Amino acid sequence: MANTIFTPSFMTGDEVSIPTFALLDPSGALYDGAQEPALERDHARRLYHAMLATRLLDERMMAAQRQGRLSFYMQSTGEEAAVVGATAALHDDDMIMAQYREQGALMYRGFGIEAFMNQLFGNALDDGKGRQMPIHYGSQALHYMTISSPLATQIPQATGYAYGQKLAGKGKCTLTFFGEGAASEGDFHAALNMASVHRVPVIFFCRNNGYAISTPAVEQFAADGIAPRAFGYRMHVIRVDGNDVLAVWEATRAARKLAVEHNQPVLIEAMSYRLAAHSSSDDPSGYRSKKEEETWRSKDPIARMKAWMMAKQWWSEDEESAEQERLRSDILATMKRAEKQPPPPLESLIEDVYAEVTPALRHQLDELKAHIRCYPDAYPRGAASLDAVKLANDAQAE
Amino acid sequence: MPTMNMLQAINSALDIAMADNEKVICFGEDVGVFGGVFRATSHLQEKYGKARCFNTPLVEQGIIGFANGLAAQGSVAVAEIQFADYIFPAFDQIVNETAKFRYRSGNLFNVGGLTIRTPYGGGIAGGLYHSQSPEAYFTHTPGLKVVVPRDPYQAKGLLLGAIRDPDPVLFLEPKRLYRAATGEVPKEDYVLPLGTAEVVQEGRDITLVGWGAQMEVILNAARLAEEQDISCEVIDLRTLLPWDVDCVSNSVLKTGRLIVSHEAPLTGGFAGEIAATIQERCFLYLESPIARVTGLDTPFPLILEKEYLPDHLKIFEAIRASVTF
Repeated sequence: MANTIFTPSFMTGDEVSIPTFALLDPSGALYDGAQEPALERDHARRLYHAMLATRLLDERMMAAQRQGRLSFYMQSTGEEAAVVGATAALHDDDMIMAQYREQGALMYRGFGIEAFMNQLFGNALDDGKGRQMPIHYGSQALHYMTISSPLATQIPQATGYAYGQKLAGKGKCTLTFFGEGAASEGDFHAALNMASVHRVPVIFFCRNNGYAISTPAVEQFAADGIAPRAFGYRMHVIRVDGNDVLAVWEATRAARKLAVEHNQPVLIEAMSYRLAAHSSSDDPSGYRSKKEEETWRSKDPIARMKAWMMAKQWWSEDEESAEQERLRSDILATMKRAEKQPPPPLESLIEDVYAEVTPALRHQLDELKAHIRCYPDAYPRGAASLDAVKLANDAQAE
Repeated sequence: MPTMNMLQAINSALDIAMADNEKVICFGEDVGVFGGVFRATSHLQEKYGKARCFNTPLVEQGIIGFANGLAAQGSVAVAEIQFADYIFPAFDQIVNETAKFRYRSGNLFNVGGLTIRTPYGGGIAGGLYHSQSPEAYFTHTPGLKVVVPRDPYQAKGLLLGAIRDPDPVLFLEPKRLYRAATGEVPKEDYVLPLGTAEVVQEGRDITLVGWGAQMEVILNAARLAEEQDISCEVIDLRTLLPWDVDCVSNSVLKTGRLIVSHEAPLTGGFAGEIAATIQERCFLYLESPIARVTGLDTPFPLILEKEYLPDHLKIFEAIRASVTF
């Protein structure tokens, strides 16, 4: 028996210390001894633009929620570098299976303000047909799986999706985002184990932002973060400063190489902080201090990238103010258009439950329509599209 | 035509599906080189390779989570859950993910390629955790299809239908019949339709409805009734969700009487759904109350299994009570 001992000796994992990979210090300067990654000017500007646009969209839509124009919202504030940096390290046709706070990934891939707004208002132009709460975006064209509210369900799905990509043999991978809280779910462990056993090209990207709603990380797990869990699955793992966009980009690029070229799944733990509330329904003043928030505000990932870009003369204050102005007016104008759009038609209620509408569902919808015709004022959204259908039918009859 | 038992018929369906479409992938606990604990996936790894037929770690929520992702990617995932009693760790993935994938994305994404195979039902001295019939948990979930075959011929045709169906299917296999039921099964490819019940025996006096292994029991009860000159119409529902309301209601309009029988407990069982729908459709034609012959509202027992199960004698008594009401 190799490696046998004759007195009991326990281990905890504390024997291993996991370092944090970082390139930019909080002021935006390269750390001594750090090497600048091969991020080109135009690519850097695309990244920065996505981070900035995400920040401004979040600010405006949170305000809109407070004004009562929107039922619900979730900000990504403070975590833009983690999300956009990781996305930018992928190929644009790699699959992303996100948790919910990853609008920066869509922004980077060019979802467009209008598509965001149509989903947020659940109007007739929403690709999701107004079926999910705000921020549950999805895009087939941009390889961004539609968000579902149950936490961590996307993680084993990412393993399965990436297994299919491996069999297809086209050199694609899947990256899944999740929070440190979601990593407590059984689905997380199932996903990592299966990915390791079957050598699946998937990247597990944990946004460790310190809180699961109000529960701080110290009440979520006793170990040194999420990263050590990879050892249990003999998986490659790296911890990275999640507010350092260069480090996130470089780490994810290397992870993609391991995944696609060597069929090695990778766990990335990005250390960040949720500067805003969990959602529009949450108030962080009940569970954390302003002082703590201020400490993290000084590590703002957008300010950090901006300082680095300015030092390289890839960005200027003039460009910054012009771009902010343009984005703000675009967001406001697009929001005004989107909220005026009609709701999805009543017919859409029964579509997509199955590939084809079943007779039973058709029957239930007919009964519902008859009821709405009796009480149209009680169901204004449904009644509006009933009239539209009726008008169309009348026109056809004539 | 060759004679096959139900396992051979299921194995033949999987073999044909995998030969026909290289995107078909079979996986689950012990399904690889061992061919599954019941041998439903025998020789598939040998024929199609480890990448397309493989063992998974022992984690049902992971199996179905993986299967959802694989199906969303465009593969045709055929996942096995070793016993239906162990499907509950995957309940979230099935109910919140599989069933809602198409709807929640506005049809941008779907997992229509997914089929979940799992053995269910009692009669094998399996006690609480190798005997359950959990169909009603899933028939309460829009977006799923739930299919149960009654014999080898049905098993092969319905499984091929399920694998090729554009919606996710939960395919419940009556494990008591795996080796007990034999019959003629074509060697070649054929598909039986989903969503369609079958009138297994025509009759005049009363309609008997069931599915899966219970069909054999119902037919035995119908034979007993025949000896007393009671003519039973027997219907195999085959697909529980979405179920063939027209087939059952047309029969009850003719016979005026209905008994539904399943192994699962009475309360909240699928028989209640059928009874409610049929009394709406056929109220003025009913000659007697719709009856349910089911398991008791207990966990599935072991030593008292025979007493618990809704056997042919219990159904026969319900038939007599109905026609003499």
